[in-house]
Formats: sequence, C-alpha cells, structure tokens
Amino acid sequence: MKPELAVVKEILPAYEKDRGRLIPILQEVQASLGYLPEEAMVEIARYLGIPASHVYSVASFYAQFRLQPLGRRRIAVCRGTACHVRGAPEILKELEALTGIREGETSEDLEYTLETVACIGCCALAPCVRINEEVYGEMTRDKVRDLLPGPQEGHRDAG
Amino acid sequence: MPARETTIHVCHGTGCVSGGAEGVYALLEARSRSGLRLKRTGCHGFCQQGPVVVLEPEGTFYCRVQTTDVDEIIASALPEGQPVEHLLYRDPTTGRPISKYQDIPFYARQERILLRNCGTIDPEDIDDYLANGGYRALFRALETPPEEIVEEIKRSGLRGLGGAGFPAGRKWEACYRAPGPEKFVVCNGDEGDPGAFQDRSVMEGDPHAVLEGMVIAGYAVGASRGYIYVRAEYPLAVKRLQLAIEQARQRGFLGRHILDRDFSFDIEVFQGAGAFVCGESTALVSSIEGNRGFPKPLPRPRTTESGLWGRPTLLNNVKTFAYVPKIILHGAAWFAARGTERSKGTAVFSLTGKVANCGLIEVPMGTTLREIIFEIGGGIPGGKRFKAVQTGGPSGGCLPADLLDLPVDFDSLTAAGSMMGSGGMVVVDEDTCMVDLARYFLDFSQRESCGQCLPCRLGTRQMFAILDDITKGRGRPEDLARLEELGRLVARSSLCGLGQTAPNPVLTTLRYFREEYEAHVSGRRCPAGVCGL
Repeated sequence: MKPELAVVKEILPAYEKDRGRLIPILQEVQASLGYLPEEAMVEIARYLGIPASHVYSVASFYAQFRLQPLGRRRIAVCRGTACHVRGAPEILKELEALTGIREGETSEDLEYTLETVACIGCCALAPCVRINEEVYGEMTRDKVRDLLPGPQEGHRDAG
Repeated sequence: MPARETTIHVCHGTGCVSGGAEGVYALLEARSRSGLRLKRTGCHGFCQQGPVVVLEPEGTFYCRVQTTDVDEIIASALPEGQPVEHLLYRDPTTGRPISKYQDIPFYARQERILLRNCGTIDPEDIDDYLANGGYRALFRALETPPEEIVEEIKRSGLRGLGGAGFPAGRKWEACYRAPGPEKFVVCNGDEGDPGAFQDRSVMEGDPHAVLEGMVIAGYAVGASRGYIYVRAEYPLAVKRLQLAIEQARQRGFLGRHILDRDFSFDIEVFQGAGAFVCGESTALVSSIEGNRGFPKPLPRPRTTESGLWGRPTLLNNVKTFAYVPKIILHGAAWFAARGTERSKGTAVFSLTGKVANCGLIEVPMGTTLREIIFEIGGGIPGGKRFKAVQTGGPSGGCLPADLLDLPVDFDSLTAAGSMMGSGGMVVVDEDTCMVDLARYFLDFSQRESCGQCLPCRLGTRQMFAILDDITKGRGRPEDLARLEELGRLVARSSLCGLGQTAPNPVLTTLRYFREEYEAHVSGRRCPAGVCGL
C-alpha cells in the first residue's frame, strides 16, 4: 500500500460515514499529505459510500483543496481590496521574479508555491503576504526581497 | 500609597500577532515580577499601530511594541511609573504624543458596544467573559418564554449584519413558527469580502458572545444544534471558537440540559474551504452538507422553513449573534435608542486603504462617511486628495466626495448604489484609478462565480474582459454603454446575491467617475497614472 493511502485509512475511522463529513475529511487528509492524491479521494469515496466523482467535484470546487503537491514554502499574496490599492500587484510581480514561477505554480524543486488569496483579513497592514502560516504586513518590494530566501520563522524578534 | 493594580493587555489579534505580539507577551511574562498582571486580549481595532499594548485601568496605549521595549513597559506599569514616551501614539498632525487610549481621535469618536469586549477581555478565558457579564443574558433568556425572546429581538429592530440587512426578528419568528422535529442554528462566519475583517475580529476577540447569542437563538426558535461556518483563512478564529466551545460545555452553557433546564444545544465549528459564494446562505448550507457551494435556485422554500438537511434553519451573521446577549440584557429599547429610523444600533467597519488610521471601528448607524473617514480615520495620508470610498466589497460600490455627508445605514448606502455589505470600507485617493478598481472587483467576481447560472458565469467574465481592454488602452467609446447594459442584465437575471450585486462596482464607478472611463477610451489616458497607457 502506498504510504499516502495508509495515512488516509488511519484518518477515516474517526469520522461518521456521513456525506456531511466530506469537507472536514478532505481538510484533514490535505493537512497530513499536503494535497489530495487521486487514490486518497477514491478511498474517501469508498468509505463514505458516495461516488468518487462527487468527491472530485467538491475537491475541485473549493480554492483550499490541492490536487497537486505543494512547495515547502507556500507563498500567498493577498489580493484583498486594501492590499490591491496599496500595491499588491507590484508585490506579486516581485515574488514572481524572485521565485521564477508565476501565480498558481509550484517550482520544480518543490521549494515554492506561489498563489494569491482573496483576503487574509489583515487589511490594516496592507499589503500582506503569507508564507506558510506566518503573515507579513506592510510589504514593499524591498521587504519581500528580505523574506526570500530568508528566515524560516518570520520576523518576530527582528525589531 | 497603595500599589496600583495595573494589568498589561497585549493584543493577540491576527494583525498584532503578525507583528510579533506573542514574542512580546512571552518576554513580558518572563521578566515581570509578582504584582503585575498580564492579559492576552483580542483585537483593539487599531491594527495598523500593532502590536498594541495597553495598561489598564489607566488606559495607557503603546503602539508598534517590540521585544526590546519590554523592560521599559514593565517599569512604566509599576507604581509611580511614567509612560514610555517613544511608544505612545503621536497625533499625525501635531506630532504630540497622546498617552490615553480614550483621547486618541481614532477611539474618541467611536461607540464600542458590539466590540466592548474586544481588546479588553482574554478571549481564551471563559472566566474573564463571565466577569464582564458573560452568559448573564443566557440565564435571563432561559427564564423567559421563547416567543417573548423572539418578540424582544423584533422590537429591537436588529437587522442582519451580514450584508442584506434583513430584519433579524422576522427571521427568528419564521424559524420559531416553522414546524419540525429538528431545527438548526447556523452562524455565518464566512467573511469573504476582500477588505473586511470585522467578523474575524469578533470571533477572535469575543468568541463567547457569538456562542451565547447562538444558544439564546437555539432556545428561542427550538433548535438543538448549531454550526459556525468559519472561512478557512481564519485559523486563529477557529482555534479560539473551539476553545470557547469546550469551556462553555464544561460550565454547562452548552450541551445537554443547559443550566439544568430542559433544553439541550451544542455547537460545532465547520471550516469553509475557500469559496466566496458560500457566504450566500443556501450555498453555505450546501457546503455543510458536503456538496459544492451552489446557491439554490428560486423558487425555493426559505432557509427558515427548509435549510440545513431540509430542516428549519436560522442563519445569521457573526455580529448579529454577538449582539443578541446585549439586547436580551439591556432590552430592545436600549438597542433601538441608537441609530436611525430604519437602521438601529451600531455598525462595525473595517476601515482600510488610503486612510491615516486603519482598523476596526464601531459607530452608531447614521454616522456620516465624512466623520468616519476624516475624524476617526484621520483623513488621507501624504497630503493626497480623497477620491472615493468603497463599501460592501465586491457587492458594493464606490462613492465620491460629494456623498461624504451621506449617513451610513443600510438604506442610504443602497440608495446611493452601494451597500453596507458585511462592513468593509476601503478609502482610495487620487492615485487610485477607478477603472482599474472596477476591473479588480470584476476579476474577483468572475473568479468566484460558482458557474451555475449563465448571467453570472459569462456576464461577469464579459464585463471583466471589457474592463481589461479599457485599462490596457484597447477600449472603445461604445464599451461604456455596453458595460451598463451588461451590468443591468447580470444584476437582474443572476441566480443569487453574488451575481445580482457583482455589477455594483462597475455601475457606481460609471455613475460617479464616468470622466475617468472616458479619458481611458477616448484619450487613451489614465488620469491616476495606474494603467500605464
């Protein structure tokens, strides 16, 4: 058995066999594997007793779900309104130049995934960038350059 | 002289955490001696100045605090300590430091009722909520017949704070009257409007208020189960709500036989998966059921009659539920004393964009845009000129300078072509191109269209393509009339609120800033210099 499938089989028994559990299951599987491999979706369908096409239909509808593996550093540029009027398009361009990939892509070495997000909700600190779980506010082109390939932890104690 | 009982409040909203609030708190904890109390709080609202630290009860307000400031802060909190001058907020016009929270213009003009606990209580500690009157409304509600609670909400005039402003009491009454062995209460925390974060701040800063409102609603309409649908981008809100639910269960405010009455109600957090359309109630319900977030076509029964799993369902926004305990405790008349004739109470906005003071604010309904932007917001920074304010996100519109004296309430904003929406308010100045801004919103709407109905799926895409052409110098004079025609068509014939309101940013900018469009199509010129023509 593929290791991915073993992870899914371990996750499933905690859930009721109820199609209303589909989205929470997909979220937990993705949190463990980083994305939703085809065999994982087939196994979830079998467990819930629903067609695999339904699982795929839901997984492909929501922006959160990934059908491909992601990079180790997932960079999300906020394209909320406040970020947009305060220069988010410039920030995205700079990140595309720095990483060599375009919005929506993952680098071949799986180091970076670059994407945009509708709104992080840190509008007062616009423009914002999120790298993995960490949010960085009041970004400029220079600050973005400092972030990559910068510290892993963020700028918490950088003063 | 007796020692002062100072508590150091460290804001732990998402904004302040991203600025390093957790590191500041950890160091304060390590360095402080006995006698000093520390507290993690939710959002103070002045996120732009974060990380924020406040000394209470004095109200000394420190901004942009870093770990290197910790020793000075501790010294200032000791008896006879003096405020740390370099951490105080400075009035942007005079440069004068202001030491007290309540004297800062950003706060002085606000009336914080819904946000009262945000920034003052520890959202991870139920005892702090209880000490501030928490769950007293639930005690009172359980002494009252359900129909009287429904009446009280109706009398208050509370309108749904999620955007459309539907009278909450009428919804409650419909769900109360709907027959059925099982009913649900659903809280909409899928705050999808870009540029809005007030629901996040309430869930992060005062999670028990949302729970208490939901339990009261469950009792009033006869439901036994509740869901809070929180968007995936708000991990901290999810964490705080889950913690609050556990604590409430332990204290008997949730679960079986609440407060030893014959009433059981429990709540589950359901995480959204990133789809703007799920803010629409029938799409949200569909998402909880494990499906694509497709809104249900009309004609359909109301959600209050047939919602989640086909059962009667009461669905309200985060802020609407958070208001409920206050109305139960202080009465409908107290609530209705604020605001305007048809919009009662207060409104919470995320004030952002090209404005000096960005953050979360609360004002009585009917406050003018001018007061919000120029008094609370401190006006436009850098000596720039105000151009427009965008309210209501992708469903709202852009209002120009000559509407600055418009009172902010549900009906005035709608009449002006915009809407209250969930409370985003983005200010733009002369450096923003209104055509580019309209293009931005249509880009958002066409990406987020669920694709079910043709007017929205293709109409928003077509409008986006025309706007894209205009911003790239390929516009033709007849495009403006075509945009208006398409906009009216999409608004009239789309299946749900997303499509019906998606043209608003285009229609309002065409109405109020037509000369900018004309400069693009006839003069191949972008007056703001954004489009690079």
